[in-house]
Amino acid sequence: MKRKLSLVLVVTMVLSLALTGCGGNQPQAPAAPAAPEEIKIGSVFPVTGAIATFGQSSLNGTQLAFEEINNAGGVLGGRKLVLINEDNQSKTEETATAFQKLITQDEVSAILGSVASSHSLAGAPIAQAAGIPMLSPTSTNPRVTEVGDFIFRACFIDPFQGQVMAKFALETLGVTTAAMLVEQDSDYSKGLAAYFKKAFEAGGGTIVAEEGYKSTDTDFSAILTRVKAANPAVVFVPAYYGTVGPILRQAQAAEIDAVFLGGDGWDSDKLFELAGDAANGGFFSNHYSPDAGTPEVEAFLAAYQAKFNAVPDALAALAYDAAYMLAQAIEEAGSVEGVAIRDALAAINFTGVSGSVTFDENRNPVKSAVIIEIRDGKQVYKATVNP
Amino acid sequence: MAKRFSALLQFALVLALGYAIQMAMDAGMINRYYAHVMTVMAIFVVGAVSLNLINGICGQFSLGHAGFMAVGAYTAAIITKNPDLILPAIFTGNVRFILATLLGGMTAAFVGFLVGLPSLRLRGDYLAIVTLGFGEIIRILLLNWDFVGGASGYFGLVRHTNFFAAFLLSIITITIIRNFIQSSHGRACVSIREDEIAAETMGVPTTRYKVIAFVIASFFAGTAGSMMAHLTQMVTPASFTFILSIELLLMVVLGGLGSITGSIGAAIFLTYAAEALRAFRAYRMILYSLLLILIMLFRPKGLLGTQELSYGLLKESFKSLRTRWQRKKNDDITAAAE
Amino acid sequence: MTITQQILQQLINGISLGSVYALMALGYTMVYGIIKLINFAHGEVFMIGAFIGFFSITKLGMDFFPAMFTAMIFCAILGILMERLAYKPLRNAHRVAALMTAVGLSMLFQNLALAHSWIGASAKGFPQVFPLQRFQLMENVNISSDRILTLAIAIFLMIALQFIVHKTIMGKAMRAVSLDKDAARLMGINVDKTISFTFALGSSLAAAAGVLFALNYGIVVYQMGLLPGLKAFVAAVLGGIGIIPGAMVGGLLLGVTESAVSAAGGSMFRDAVAFAALIIMLLVKPTGLFGKNVREKV
Repeated sequence: MKRKLSLVLVVTMVLSLALTGCGGNQPQAPAAPAAPEEIKIGSVFPVTGAIATFGQSSLNGTQLAFEEINNAGGVLGGRKLVLINEDNQSKTEETATAFQKLITQDEVSAILGSVASSHSLAGAPIAQAAGIPMLSPTSTNPRVTEVGDFIFRACFIDPFQGQVMAKFALETLGVTTAAMLVEQDSDYSKGLAAYFKKAFEAGGGTIVAEEGYKSTDTDFSAILTRVKAANPAVVFVPAYYGTVGPILRQAQAAEIDAVFLGGDGWDSDKLFELAGDAANGGFFSNHYSPDAGTPEVEAFLAAYQAKFNAVPDALAALAYDAAYMLAQAIEEAGSVEGVAIRDALAAINFTGVSGSVTFDENRNPVKSAVIIEIRDGKQVYKATVNP
Repeated sequence: MAKRFSALLQFALVLALGYAIQMAMDAGMINRYYAHVMTVMAIFVVGAVSLNLINGICGQFSLGHAGFMAVGAYTAAIITKNPDLILPAIFTGNVRFILATLLGGMTAAFVGFLVGLPSLRLRGDYLAIVTLGFGEIIRILLLNWDFVGGASGYFGLVRHTNFFAAFLLSIITITIIRNFIQSSHGRACVSIREDEIAAETMGVPTTRYKVIAFVIASFFAGTAGSMMAHLTQMVTPASFTFILSIELLLMVVLGGLGSITGSIGAAIFLTYAAEALRAFRAYRMILYSLLLILIMLFRPKGLLGTQELSYGLLKESFKSLRTRWQRKKNDDITAAAE
Repeated sequence: MTITQQILQQLINGISLGSVYALMALGYTMVYGIIKLINFAHGEVFMIGAFIGFFSITKLGMDFFPAMFTAMIFCAILGILMERLAYKPLRNAHRVAALMTAVGLSMLFQNLALAHSWIGASAKGFPQVFPLQRFQLMENVNISSDRILTLAIAIFLMIALQFIVHKTIMGKAMRAVSLDKDAARLMGINVDKTISFTFALGSSLAAAAGVLFALNYGIVVYQMGLLPGLKAFVAAVLGGIGIIPGAMVGGLLLGVTESAVSAAGGSMFRDAVAFAALIIMLLVKPTGLFGKNVREKV
């Protein structure tokens, strides 16, 4: 009897917890039985697991883009785009399963994703073998698109952003010493850092300290003390805002005077919430500047704010662009055949939130970067760097 | 003699079945997605059955099974990707893959020995924390090892794993572990689970048996890791996390602590359920943890308990149902008579 | 920055981290001492405590101290519920069953937090409740006001705990139950109530640790309890599990060790070193620094 009572209590406890606010995760796009003229597009974004935040942002951006495209009449003369997202739980082997499922079961025409390069690398061989175009919004590792001619990306590759910031530090800021804080379990962070180092040292600078941490760390005081002891002029922190925030805040508490630099992972309003006024004075490279004022940017910011009640980060912007890019490629291909979409993507001339994009022979986007300064808790446009 | 022959025949029949399924896959009668999921199922069977040896049969508590899978996966991947490393270059193709998988298992077993020895000497729950910590240490080491790609992972492996390979491995695992349990060593392990102090008093070298079981389980975890790596064609430090250990744990618990057939069934069922309920993925871990707690609270030995699912068991339970029903009927009759 | 300055600064870093570990380790050690269970969910209580503190400040507009107190009370109740619902039914079952339940609870709390729309996957910044002040100990060595506060509260709570355990009736009962449950029952001690009280005490300390951690490092996130929880357990083992002063020393020791490893350039290996310390301790002296050898009784 007592046991039964405790069961009832457990269940009510869980239910009450669940009812007060669970359900925050976006419901997945329903895999509705497709009417003949719908075009099925798969996506593999992690909405659970270690990098769930990134997956959620990417999914939001994609959903927004698809909604807009469909409201504007779809593609290929009124055919609607249907998004089927498979959560890979931030795992590589789940990514492979998800790709298999999307291609074999759902028979999608193209796949958007995945987020992390390691995940995309698990999915790419499957897409390539099946002849299904794959467009990753955010996988920066150069090797992703080397898998084959059906694999594209919408973001900068690691070498480009690393070089941009190294050049900026050397030429615009005129410094010669730098420290790096690298997130060792993120290939994005490691990639950017490696190329920053290469370019910075090639330009005559010295890396005086290189410290590693893990994405789950919260205490950075010990490595920041080491950075302080090395006395660099700039500190390069190529990571996402979730870890950059506490790093900046703890650096302030540790009285580090150096200028902090970063990549597109910094782009989020959350950074100000996490870092407070410690973010001021930092610079980072990004795809677009919110005050650049192009109609694409303005429209995107307003629509995203309206739909999700949040300011988009770089991941959302890139996913949004990738979705539009794919839609344009399907339109230009005039068909949903894999080969036709691939050829259209390879020849695309696209203008979106993150600027105008064409693809080079390795299916990497050719587009310019902007450098943004953080001043008084706001992003301010600083410079544009062309590839 | 006849008994051994019939066992061999059984083995051959099961293998023939596995091979037939593989042929159906190759012929396209089973689509690639189903083939992929079935292969994953077979790999999870290996993981769950071997974990059951530690958690179910020996009554110890390991939380690091995924870590051993990682060790096996990386070892095997290094061997198959580098044609002249560790193994001489004369072994190529599938032969190399099989040898690599064995070596992966052996490396995992060796690491299991290193981890198990200090923590299994002690009574109590230290193994859980040590294995958990071990998983984390492995992850950190792999992240810092640039030869295997660090955080980006080790990719570009050839897809050696097909359904039949995974199926064969699972059959071998089940056979060896079942034979181990039924041997005197296995009985010694069970005695440790039931009462460690009593077992020691009876002269059972408890630490030695615990370590033996742990090493065997680590070996199979390592081979399962190699299978997984050559299915996904890559392996990253994030492939084998704590969550995977928990999933395997749930398979063991769901199937019954100490029940091999239970683990097999649960591994198949949970993999299937995860695919069938894709839409509810966001809540999957909530469901899993809740399931784990509830099973422990109401059936601390797992859903099936230590019983094996077999024809005999079915007959037995049917019989007991019938007697209960009979008794109830008799009671009713007496009650009516009164 | 000279070497001495660096060492001093790293020592301060280590002590502030260690004081948080110590507070958490106390909860582990008390619970283990009394029912021989590693309460895996302790790290999640720490996380929930931090979030209750966070929401009390941001959503209810409380001051820091009332918020911390709220978190402590909430987690004390949570601790009691957890014990009553999940652990008590298993008190006589196989040890592994209780341990698995604890792991299950840990996963459950973490994933409920993840699915909860107020918390979710992304990290949140803990408000800077006290304006940042830095006290210069010597050139290049400073300690922030938040850290002094953390240290002061941690020391205060530890003294309060010592007082409760050694000077009150309830504390006496706790000690009696951990020594011998059955004998204690025969002496008229309400064992269930005592165990519940222990959980309440341990969980409220974890909540305090969570809020202080969040204040110090400026972040609250659903995963924040996982690693600190494991480290606190390591700290408890280092000091000798079941021994209250041992947990404090173990916590500080671990915090300082981690800082030392990072200071020597091995920041990536700080977690590995913590777990390696556990394995070495188990090999050399399983009862911990302060432990006595006890034979297991039948």
